[in-house]
Amino acid sequence: MTPFMPASSDTPLVELRKVSLAYGSGPARMLALEDATLDIAKGEFIAVVGPSGCGKSTLMKLVTGLLPPSGGEVRVHGQPVKGPIRGVGMAFQAPTLMPWRTTRDNILLPLEVVEPHKRRFRANKAEYIERVEKLLASVGLGGFGDKFPWQLSGGMQQRSSLCRALVHEPEILMLDEPFGALDAFTREELWSVMQALWLEKRFTAVLVTHDLREAVYLADTVYVMSRRPGRIVKVSKIELPRPRTLETTFTAEFVDIVHDLRERIHMEHA
Amino acid sequence: MTDRQRSLLLVAMPWLAMAGLLLLWELACIVFDVPEILAPKPSRIFEVMVQRWDILLKFCLETLWTTAIGFVLAIGFGVLLGLAIGASPFIYSGLYPLLIAFNAVPKVAIVPILMIWLGVGALPAIITAFVISFFPIVVNVATGLATIEPEMRDVMRSLGASQWEILTKVGVPRAMPYLFASLKVAVTLAFIGSVISETVGGNRGIGFLMLSAGARNDSATTFAGLFAIAIMGILMYAACALVERRMTRWAFRGEIVG
Ligand SMILES: Nc1ncnc2c1ncn2[C@@H]1O[C@H](COP(=O)(O)OP(=O)(O)OP(=O)(O)O)[C@@H](O)[C@H]1O
Ligand SMILES: [Mg+2]
Repeated sequence: MTPFMPASSDTPLVELRKVSLAYGSGPARMLALEDATLDIAKGEFIAVVGPSGCGKSTLMKLVTGLLPPSGGEVRVHGQPVKGPIRGVGMAFQAPTLMPWRTTRDNILLPLEVVEPHKRRFRANKAEYIERVEKLLASVGLGGFGDKFPWQLSGGMQQRSSLCRALVHEPEILMLDEPFGALDAFTREELWSVMQALWLEKRFTAVLVTHDLREAVYLADTVYVMSRRPGRIVKVSKIELPRPRTLETTFTAEFVDIVHDLRERIHMEHA
Repeated sequence: MTDRQRSLLLVAMPWLAMAGLLLLWELACIVFDVPEILAPKPSRIFEVMVQRWDILLKFCLETLWTTAIGFVLAIGFGVLLGLAIGASPFIYSGLYPLLIAFNAVPKVAIVPILMIWLGVGALPAIITAFVISFFPIVVNVATGLATIEPEMRDVMRSLGASQWEILTKVGVPRAMPYLFASLKVAVTLAFIGSVISETVGGNRGIGFLMLSAGARNDSATTFAGLFAIAIMGILMYAACALVERRMTRWAFRGEIVG
């Protein structure tokens, strides 16, 4: 049973089949996610929205294999997921950079760990550093590579964290409220940076967010989750043309979609 | 008060406090006419320190030596054990209670046993210094590892990093400030260890010097030994603090200058 078949044909990159997850055991057992079924096509950008504590972060950890499901099945490339799938890029609400590394060295980290870069890292360091500098420049951080993360502002740290998630050109990118802690201006600027990177590299992205405008701006498909235990209660295809701009967010079409989504979420709070 | 005066005063404060304390001591000795055998005047103690500096230095160096060897052993062993305990929940649950029990045993109690096994000399002092100082190192290194942010771990795991890579790229650098913080404590403990061992039974070191001077009712020399220990303690502590600043500048967010 595949209710939400994405537009592009063949097998989807990620398949979740009736996935559920419970934390704890015995009387402390708590169902966080119930019967989640969804497909993510290669190169698709999906967003997951829903009330706080409904299991969005949990869903993300299931997709990357960081958590084993309590029930159901997660498949990536048609293979059942056992243990963390390799080479995924992740960014969280907190930047989680290493304070003992410079910004540049922080962003180099995935290249020291993920094959095939790991093998070529020592011999090709100069080339990789150049790649990092390019990426830094593309998020407006050119020339800040030598600074330590604690010498950067919150927004700059968050940009660095996005660079780290992207530098090894991952097939899958996981974003858990990466813009949540930023001011409105920086946030909207980073939406456009994110979209530009996605249009260029076409990675598959899962974005968890509280911000409906953000979800509609960035995603091809928006999933709305119910209150705990989280179930998917609405799927919304966003057909707006790309590249979307801030202007797009003021069009009637955009506002209508956001409005629909908001209404569905309000039902959860009722 | 200007900023310059403020910072000067901050630097001068420890010296002023020490001078005040010594002055108080000196005055108390004079006012209450304390006999030298009970508590010699600080001026008298310094006099002895100057007169007998060669002997003091010789015994001090012996103690410094045993302390340093014991301390280095404690760092090596403590770091390895701390890494193992911090990295593996099984090693943690297996060894932690044992370590606590071991740490609760007063180390004075093991010196006589060491002497039965090893005789008198440098070895019991080295081992006492080692045994007494490795515990804080183990605990701190293990804490540094065990408190890695779960998000950092998730980032590493989803990149496909092995346990070993997580340990070397995140765990070890993260544990460094914890390690250096513990070294300051551990070096003072190592001192206590070797002096205890020299005092309980030994034929060398500043502890032995104090004991034999005490037996001859030479209080001034005993107190001179005490002062010498305090000075060495401060120097070792300062050395560790200096290394700490050099090695873990990031942990202070660059705030410490100099
Ligand atoms: N490690 C854990 N142990 C036990 N319960 C957990 C754990 N992590 C999450 N939970 C519970 O599972 C539920 C879903 O958590 P999750 O973090 O997925 O929510 P979320 O949708 O990401 O919320 P938010 O929007 O606030 O980040 C919550 O009720 C939470 O209390
Ligand atoms: Mg969350």
